[in-house]
Amino acid sequence: MPGVHRNRIKISFQRIVQLAAAALFNGYAAGFRRGRIFTGSSKAVCVPVLNCYSCPGALGACPIGALQTAVGGVRPHFPFYVLGLLMLFGVALGRVSCGLLCPFGLVQDLLHKAPGPKFQPPRRIDKPGRYIKYVVFLFLVLLLPGPPYFCKYICPAGTLSGGIPLLLANPELQKAAGALFDWKLLILAVILMVSVFIHRPFCRYLCPLGAFYSVFNRFSLCQMHLDASKCVDCGKCQRSCPMAVEVTGDLNSPECIRCGKCKEVCSTHAISWEFLFKLRKQKKEASGGRGRI
Amino acid sequence: MKENRNVKRVVAGIVLAVAFSCITVGLARQEQLEVLGKAVNICLECIGIG
Repeated sequence: MPGVHRNRIKISFQRIVQLAAAALFNGYAAGFRRGRIFTGSSKAVCVPVLNCYSCPGALGACPIGALQTAVGGVRPHFPFYVLGLLMLFGVALGRVSCGLLCPFGLVQDLLHKAPGPKFQPPRRIDKPGRYIKYVVFLFLVLLLPGPPYFCKYICPAGTLSGGIPLLLANPELQKAAGALFDWKLLILAVILMVSVFIHRPFCRYLCPLGAFYSVFNRFSLCQMHLDASKCVDCGKCQRSCPMAVEVTGDLNSPECIRCGKCKEVCSTHAISWEFLFKLRKQKKEASGGRGRI
Repeated sequence: MKENRNVKRVVAGIVLAVAFSCITVGLARQEQLEVLGKAVNICLECIGIG
């Protein structure tokens, strides 16, 4: 409209889902005001994301915290219930949980929007670095006996959503905080700072839940599909991928967090969401068959 | 590619079956109560105090 300045804020599908999920998983608003956590029975169920159960708003249990309690708690045992839930989330969603549902992923995404230089780490550092999360999952979550090492010494989501709000609202806890809390604050500060320059450093290199879900990415029910007959090799998808996935070559890579950026920028609509068990008849694949589906 | 998709479906089906079996066994052993017990108390380790 001539003469009228229209200032629109565009919110992506990803951001809407992320905000809704963060509100849903942390819907106990009164907890933030009172400095107390929710104690209802919904906390017997794990949420599919890294969401600390000591966050005052949390309505569900953190799967990594619950897993560590089962394998390294007072009575260690095989974690049938938590592992079953994690496998269910993994096979149903794959890393959709990381890209669309995780509140700590949202925090990193928003920080990456802040002004400043953006880096894609060199491949020789980035590729081996991504294996660190598997080591974290195997050793700090599952195998090492004793305290819950990951939650206690690393988890930045717990510090951000649990530690800081509880300490701000609870003077007793403030008195109890010491060197360990300082250490966790330092870890959190480093991860948040690096997030401004590198997209989702925690998800790429450290998150044990992302490591677990990545195993399911190739055969999870939510898949991405590349229609090779529509692809014009423009490379936009490749350049837009925040996780540096080789989009046209390995679309359902374990590193794909299903953020949908590639689909968003594809001008020929060659990339789409696909449900593995969809009922309608599959379209005949284009000859050539470039790219894994 | 169709074969690839069928393999994926079979694997996904098997994992789904294993997942539901694990959840059922866990519920029978009342493991959900352990999760609830942990989640309704402030986890001092998780927040960096314990």
